[in-house]
Amino acid sequence: MLTIRRDLVDAMVRHARRDHPDEACGVLAGPAGSDRPERFIEMINAERSPTFYRFDSTEQLQVWRAMDAADEGPVVIYHSHTATEAYPSRTDISYASEPDAHYVLVSTRDPETDELRSYRIVDGEVSEEPIEVVESYMFSHTGADDVPDAR
Amino acid sequence: MAVTVSVPTILRTHTGGEKSVEASGSNVAEVIEDLESRHSGIKARLVKEGSLHRFVNVYVNDEDVRFAGGLAAAVKDGDNVTILPAVAGGSTARECVTVS
Repeated sequence: MLTIRRDLVDAMVRHARRDHPDEACGVLAGPAGSDRPERFIEMINAERSPTFYRFDSTEQLQVWRAMDAADEGPVVIYHSHTATEAYPSRTDISYASEPDAHYVLVSTRDPETDELRSYRIVDGEVSEEPIEVVESYMFSHTGADDVPDAR
Repeated sequence: MAVTVSVPTILRTHTGGEKSVEASGSNVAEVIEDLESRHSGIKARLVKEGSLHRFVNVYVNDEDVRFAGGLAAAVKDGDNVTILPAVAGGSTARECVTVS
């Protein structure tokens, strides 16, 4: 289960729409070990491609160092697919190397409908997980489920 | 030449959970050989067919070694070598694309 604030979902979708038809990518940082995404970080897609993404390595080093200094980790790693469904491709799976991260995919193939799904990818195994979108994390520990999932 | 190597989560199984280890060498290849001598298995995660694996980024201080000679990139005493998993992927599965 990925529990995530609505403003962070909106920010990922906005980024994906803006960069369409190229793939967009980024990170949501959160306190190390918390599983709580808090800080939205848009990354440069060094490939600037509609079918591939790669974090710019220099920017990635800066962002990873800043997370380390703030005792944060990459809670969510997101990218968009611009012509296919929001499901990890073989390329996505082969590169996935953060077993503690939620891999979020946003598909922008339909201009009207936002498609956003979340996965764990561990040792090449993909498992989809539900997404709970909340207005704030204050009450999310109660497990309240009165907020509809993202579509 | 003693350097400090930052190890990402995914490779810490090779370093007994340590996020930072010491190593020595005058270039990246020698540092990796030295790491391998004490942390068996780590080299195969970093090097493939004589060059850096595409799944990892290796930096000497602030510089990605891909732009500085790759495995031949020089390291000096006191340098920091950082290993990060490359974050990449994409929808590309070209053999599956059908044109209608």
